[in-house]
Amino acid sequence: MISSAIIPQPLARLPWKLIFLVMGIAFIGLMTLYSAAGGSIRPWALKQGITLLFFLGVAVCMSWVKESLIKQIVFPFYAVVLIMLVAVEALGFIGKGAQRWLDLGFIRLQPSEFMKLAVVLVLARFYELLPAGDIRKWRAIWPAALLIGGPAALVILQPDLGTALMITFIGTAVMFVAGVPLRVFLIPAGAVAVAIPIAYQLLHGYQRRRIDTFLDPESDPLGAGYHISQSKIAIGSGGIFGKGYLNGSQSHLDYLPEGHTDFVFAAMVEEWGLVGGAILILAFGMVIRWGMTVSINAKSRFAQLTAAGLSATIFFYVGINLMMVMGLAPVVGVPLPMVSFGGSAVMTVMLCLGILMSLERQQRTTTRLA
Amino acid sequence: MKLEKRFTSVHQSLTFSRRMMLLRGAQLGIGGLLLGRLGWLSVAENEKYTLESESNRVQLIIVPPRRGWIVDRNNKPVAINRSDFRVDIIPEQFENPGETLRLLARLLDLTVDDVDRIIKELKAARGYRPVQVAENVPYENYAAVTVRLPDMSGVQPMRGFSRFYPAGAAVGHLIGYVGAASAKEYEADKNPLLITPGFKIGKEGLEKTLEQQLRGIPGGQRVELTARGKLVRELEPKPDRSGGTVQLSINADLQEYAARRLGEESGSCVLLDCMTGDVLCMASMPAYDPNSFSDGIGRTEWAMLSEDQRRPLLNKALNALYPPGSTIKPMNSLALQLAGVDPDETVHCPGGYRLGNRFFRCLGRHGTVNMRRAIAKSCNTYFYSMGNRIGYDRIAPMAKMLGLGQKFDLPVVSQSYGTVPDSAWKLRRYNENKRLIERPDWTASDTLNASIGQGFLILNPLQLAVMAARIASGRDVQPSLIGVHKEPAPLLSLDPKHLDVTRGGMWEVVNGDGTAGASRLLLPGVEMCGKTGTAQVRKIAGSQRGQSGDWKYRDHGLFVFFAPYVNPRYAGAVVIEHGLGGARAAAPVAKDVLTFLYDRPQAIKRLGELETQWGGTLAERTARRQALVDAAAAAKTGIVA
Repeated sequence: MISSAIIPQPLARLPWKLIFLVMGIAFIGLMTLYSAAGGSIRPWALKQGITLLFFLGVAVCMSWVKESLIKQIVFPFYAVVLIMLVAVEALGFIGKGAQRWLDLGFIRLQPSEFMKLAVVLVLARFYELLPAGDIRKWRAIWPAALLIGGPAALVILQPDLGTALMITFIGTAVMFVAGVPLRVFLIPAGAVAVAIPIAYQLLHGYQRRRIDTFLDPESDPLGAGYHISQSKIAIGSGGIFGKGYLNGSQSHLDYLPEGHTDFVFAAMVEEWGLVGGAILILAFGMVIRWGMTVSINAKSRFAQLTAAGLSATIFFYVGINLMMVMGLAPVVGVPLPMVSFGGSAVMTVMLCLGILMSLERQQRTTTRLA
Repeated sequence: MKLEKRFTSVHQSLTFSRRMMLLRGAQLGIGGLLLGRLGWLSVAENEKYTLESESNRVQLIIVPPRRGWIVDRNNKPVAINRSDFRVDIIPEQFENPGETLRLLARLLDLTVDDVDRIIKELKAARGYRPVQVAENVPYENYAAVTVRLPDMSGVQPMRGFSRFYPAGAAVGHLIGYVGAASAKEYEADKNPLLITPGFKIGKEGLEKTLEQQLRGIPGGQRVELTARGKLVRELEPKPDRSGGTVQLSINADLQEYAARRLGEESGSCVLLDCMTGDVLCMASMPAYDPNSFSDGIGRTEWAMLSEDQRRPLLNKALNALYPPGSTIKPMNSLALQLAGVDPDETVHCPGGYRLGNRFFRCLGRHGTVNMRRAIAKSCNTYFYSMGNRIGYDRIAPMAKMLGLGQKFDLPVVSQSYGTVPDSAWKLRRYNENKRLIERPDWTASDTLNASIGQGFLILNPLQLAVMAARIASGRDVQPSLIGVHKEPAPLLSLDPKHLDVTRGGMWEVVNGDGTAGASRLLLPGVEMCGKTGTAQVRKIAGSQRGQSGDWKYRDHGLFVFFAPYVNPRYAGAVVIEHGLGGARAAAPVAKDVLTFLYDRPQAIKRLGELETQWGGTLAERTARRQALVDAAAAAKTGIVA
């Protein structure tokens, strides 16, 4: 918020700190995409820049949406996204192939992206409606589990392990802050530990290989472990200050695969070094901290839970992607939001930020009224 | 009774704050972990990953180093490189495969098999590692390809090198040959040089054992390549270093002469400098031509070589074992003197020696003989009776002292070292295999057989040459193939008087009325001393004495020698397989080879006469044989096609 006589009130009231952070992150991303294309705004940087600007505009516009309106459309929104997921599945079945898109003619929708938002909103609304005394009861758990498990199962069938995990993590995070008893998390966690070997058998070949090579990347340096090995080489060879802008040999000579999408962080760190990587991580940390503060300052339970859930969404994006890129997690295909090339993640994160900004604006207005 | 606690919105708000703290803590923790990991990778492991990133970026298009020369003791080349023309394909730049290959096949006269191989290798190849189309291309074809080059992108005509052995088959077994590395050799080493087209490694003989000295260090064009093998830019080239030259102790002219002198016989001739142990020649015939091996050998040629009963693939100087026959009698005489036998003591030879109810035959009735006469006349009876007197366990140490049964420290792929038997050896062998050895104890008849170089005694020609050299000089000479040595070997602990008797006997063999009188040197002031040997290939059965009948059952002819008699310089051994007798087959070879060292024109004139009888020089006969092989191979492919 900027106080100035010159800047008109509606503009001055925008959360500029957040907007600058987001623009900073986006700028780093665009620079890296420009470099990854060999010093060209095509094919990635320009397109990504337009996408970023457009969705940032959408997010800013969303900040004027009232909490009450959001509450009203939560359940219909969830239902529509769920139906789209089923539709994608059905089309995939008919088309005899993996299907993640819903082609509406003028736009290609990826319903699983919307589902991340929908899960947060629907759970927040659910726990708001649930009487406080019931939070330790069975009826506080099974509807939530169903609301998470249903879409997660549909997404895993696509097959998209990364997004399914994200949906599960995000939903669990909301349940956690809603105050569901701890044993509800600890017992399934134990069960998962037991079930992992069984689930491993059911995974697709390529998913299983990714886990195998995560556990031992050097076992297959030219095959499936190639991504992780090359990504670590790119990051490690950057050193403290990097090889210099446009001088990253790993990304420019194509040794780093997916250097403009999932592994964009490695391409960035190769050129900017530890310093660049740390700045980017800290910037993301500040965005997430801003979201968490919105949650803590929220006046309604819906706003509390929504803000916490949306912050967690951004956190999981960043956390999973960076752990994967630095060899701490298997390659599951989660992009680095606002930096990786691709519209879906930008859209999801900007919608998250839009809702967060709307909640934050209402905190300020209510505070002022009170 | 259970106390139902009501959970109010106040509780809910408290729980929320607590849970939010936990969540933020977890997020901070993960953030810290990410920063820590980033620091670890880019600081602690920076060096490792910088190296890996560089090895990704920069690749070497290998240019094989030139193989080092092998020269003889007078620096005459034995194995050299001849520049030749070759044609390769760079897969990355190869366009229009079908059409270009058809054109290449026409221009270079490629066979269907060649084209199949090229297609197969092209499929497996990637980037800038060249695939060989043809090597040893004649200049006309090479020129034809060069002219058409604009139509054939990716085809690379080049000048390469192939190994050349001026003496051909004469050095076949000694030097060995080179060839492209096999898949197994590449697996063991993983050196990319091994699969570079045109690169050859030693496959046999000295080429194989001296590989590390001869190979050199590859250089090449350093290039920056993308992951897909696309050239980004050329960096500073890395110069290659040719392999080192290796000087042998061999006298190349003598080696070639000896090989030619062996003629059509199957056998070997080893000649040493008896003071230093330098091996001056080690010829084994018949032999393959290493030149025809170095550009790959056909299946037909290989089959013909391996089926030949004269075994052209075997180095007969090292890897063939023979009963030495009478050639070890000089060694026996030294053992007898050491055991106290007076050389002037005589033995009466009535044509054999009776041991119990068995009569061991001598080759003639020599009457009364002393030690010198016994050597000169090769009297078995003398060595039967004296050997029986002292026992073989006192002869075997002398055999070993003179190098028999010994494995020498030589850079060779393998050497068979045979057996010098004694009672301990027999007992050990009996315990190992009771079917081969009838009884465990050493018998008098074992001694008798071993005393005339039959029975269990079995040796290779190099050992016989070393024995002759040690008797000639009285020195502990060790044969060596590499380098020229000047220092004489240390003296053996042998009594010079004993040696004089033995050498005197060997002098009489050639220059007195001995068994090899026909092979006297026709040189003023140089006398050859020696000892003949005739070794049975199988047991004498009735009238079959190994002097007639099937070639493969005939007796081997052996001869050990040294010269001159005064201050000996050279010593050696000649073995002619199934040559009927040492005096008849082996001694004349020794005579001519020694003559070559003193009077080349005389030796060459003599060889010329012989080669006219045999139907041409070694090179001519090899070429004729090669033509036969090629015709047979062509006939075979004709049938297949």
